Amino acid sequence: MTATTSSEPVTSPALEHEAAAANRRRVLIGRLITYAGMTLLAVFFVFPVVAMIVLSLQPNETQIIADQRTIWAFIPRAFSFENYADIFDRDGVTRALFNSALITVVTVGLGLVVNSMCAYALARLQWIGRNVVLGFIVALMIVPFQSVSVPLLLIVNRLGWLDTYHVQIVPFVANPFFIFLFYQAFIGLPKEIEEAALIDGASRWTIYRRIIVPLSKPAFATVGILQALFVWGSFFWPLMVTRGPEVRPLPVAMQVLFVDPQVPFGDVFAFAAVMTMPVLALYLVFQKWFVQSVASSGLKG
Amino acid sequence: MFAAPAIILLSAFLLAPFLVAIYSSFTDQRLVPNPNLPTEWVGFRNYRRLFEDESFRSGLIFNAIFVLVVVPVQTAFALGLAVLVNQKLRFRNVFRTIYFAPVAVTMVVVAVMWTFFFNPTSGLINAVLDTVSFGFLTPERFGFLNWVLDQNGARAAIIIMSIWQGVGFQMVIYLAGLQAIPNSLYEAARIDGASTWQQFRYVTVPQLKNTTIFVVLSTTILAFALFDQVEIMTQGGPQDATQTMILRLITFGFRQGQVGLGSALGVFYFVLVLIVAFAQRRLLREEREIA
Repeated sequence: MTATTSSEPVTSPALEHEAAAANRRRVLIGRLITYAGMTLLAVFFVFPVVAMIVLSLQPNETQIIADQRTIWAFIPRAFSFENYADIFDRDGVTRALFNSALITVVTVGLGLVVNSMCAYALARLQWIGRNVVLGFIVALMIVPFQSVSVPLLLIVNRLGWLDTYHVQIVPFVANPFFIFLFYQAFIGLPKEIEEAALIDGASRWTIYRRIIVPLSKPAFATVGILQALFVWGSFFWPLMVTRGPEVRPLPVAMQVLFVDPQVPFGDVFAFAAVMTMPVLALYLVFQKWFVQSVASSGLKG
Repeated sequence: MFAAPAIILLSAFLLAPFLVAIYSSFTDQRLVPNPNLPTEWVGFRNYRRLFEDESFRSGLIFNAIFVLVVVPVQTAFALGLAVLVNQKLRFRNVFRTIYFAPVAVTMVVVAVMWTFFFNPTSGLINAVLDTVSFGFLTPERFGFLNWVLDQNGARAAIIIMSIWQGVGFQMVIYLAGLQAIPNSLYEAARIDGASTWQQFRYVTVPQLKNTTIFVVLSTTILAFALFDQVEIMTQGGPQDATQTMILRLITFGFRQGQVGLGSALGVFYFVLVLIVAFAQRRLLREEREIA
């Protein structure tokens, strides 16, 4: 509509002025409606997180039950860290936080090295069987983890790996999708720098470390963030391979806490906040990278 | 050798168990073998038992409902959000940040929070519905408002919270797609006198076809894998209304230790994903031939 009105022939300057004013009004009203709608949507997307934090700060259990269905679920009227102190006193909570942090850091750290090295070999080195391996990796991309989980459980059980850290780490280090993301990034890098380095006598390992890695920071950030989100939230596999609290990660500890009728709601909210805050804080600091990671995960094939 | 670690790990933890899955789906392999009963070849018995299992069939039904509702709703919602935050507006980055934030919240936490909100008597959602409808929308009048206690309510609750958590992800993929559309196409459309809606309908939507294929099919695959939120909120109940394939997989393969049956389900699940992946390749290839 707006495009057509401005191109219509206008007779007098007064009329033109009036039409322009009406146009501006319409644009303004449109803007207001857009902002109102977008704010409403924003409320829809933040309310669970806000309620989680506000209710976690309320030490009085009966007050939580009363408040959680009112506006007081969103406006803090108590600022107590009692629930937080409570959950850290509980067996296994500090442990679960440590376990999840350890598993995530080690998996992502190893994953970045292993997956990018494999992608480098596929993208740049000439070796027998390269195309076979590339095809093999692309084919493995469609094998969902759930499909192989039951036999894998059988295997790790035979190996005596149950209730360990490595059973939660080793199977998730190499990932065909991440290799593919690195492969696409490396294919796009200019070859000239590498060729110059080769002439100067640099080894392939030096080239990978000194040239490829620094030039592909976005790819590393992408894979690191996607893998970290995936490992941190992982629930299905740890549920099968961890039985005691020693190596149990956060999501499983959360379920144990949540289904226990003895545990006060305030503690559940505090625990949920403890699980969410580190990731949310990282997201707010490195938002650009998070968004880019997800966007590039859609640009495959 | 640069590729060796990855190849060894993938062979050991993806390829090998995959082959074991196919093999043991034809045996009566158990997690803890009985020394007196050696594992035997049973042909297609596991697959037959799978489809005779009533809970598995209920799982297929809920998975199908979930796919049929979540895929179109979430895709359309994500596209709408992407178009909204792609406009030249002040604070658009703030809105983008907020709409995407649920993706950073672990699914188990999301499920726990929504279980509180969906509580029929003490939950926020029924309190809001009650207030905005002046006391008309109550669980006494509408059974599904008992949420996780009611069959339809439980399904709706899981669908709503899954969309809440997942839509930001697809929004970002659409946003990348929108930004790749050349501006000249919109300019040409405006010169031809196309309205905003017509521009959306005849420029944006067709240009986003590949993005849409990707979003639809990846959402479908994720929807088949539905597990975390169901395990936390309903454990498949009430009366198997929110049963899922993966919930049955963990019951057979882990809780009951029936590796053979669990593997058969894993293979069946893989075949489903394979069909979806082939559909995607097919659609994308057709697109390339036309273009």
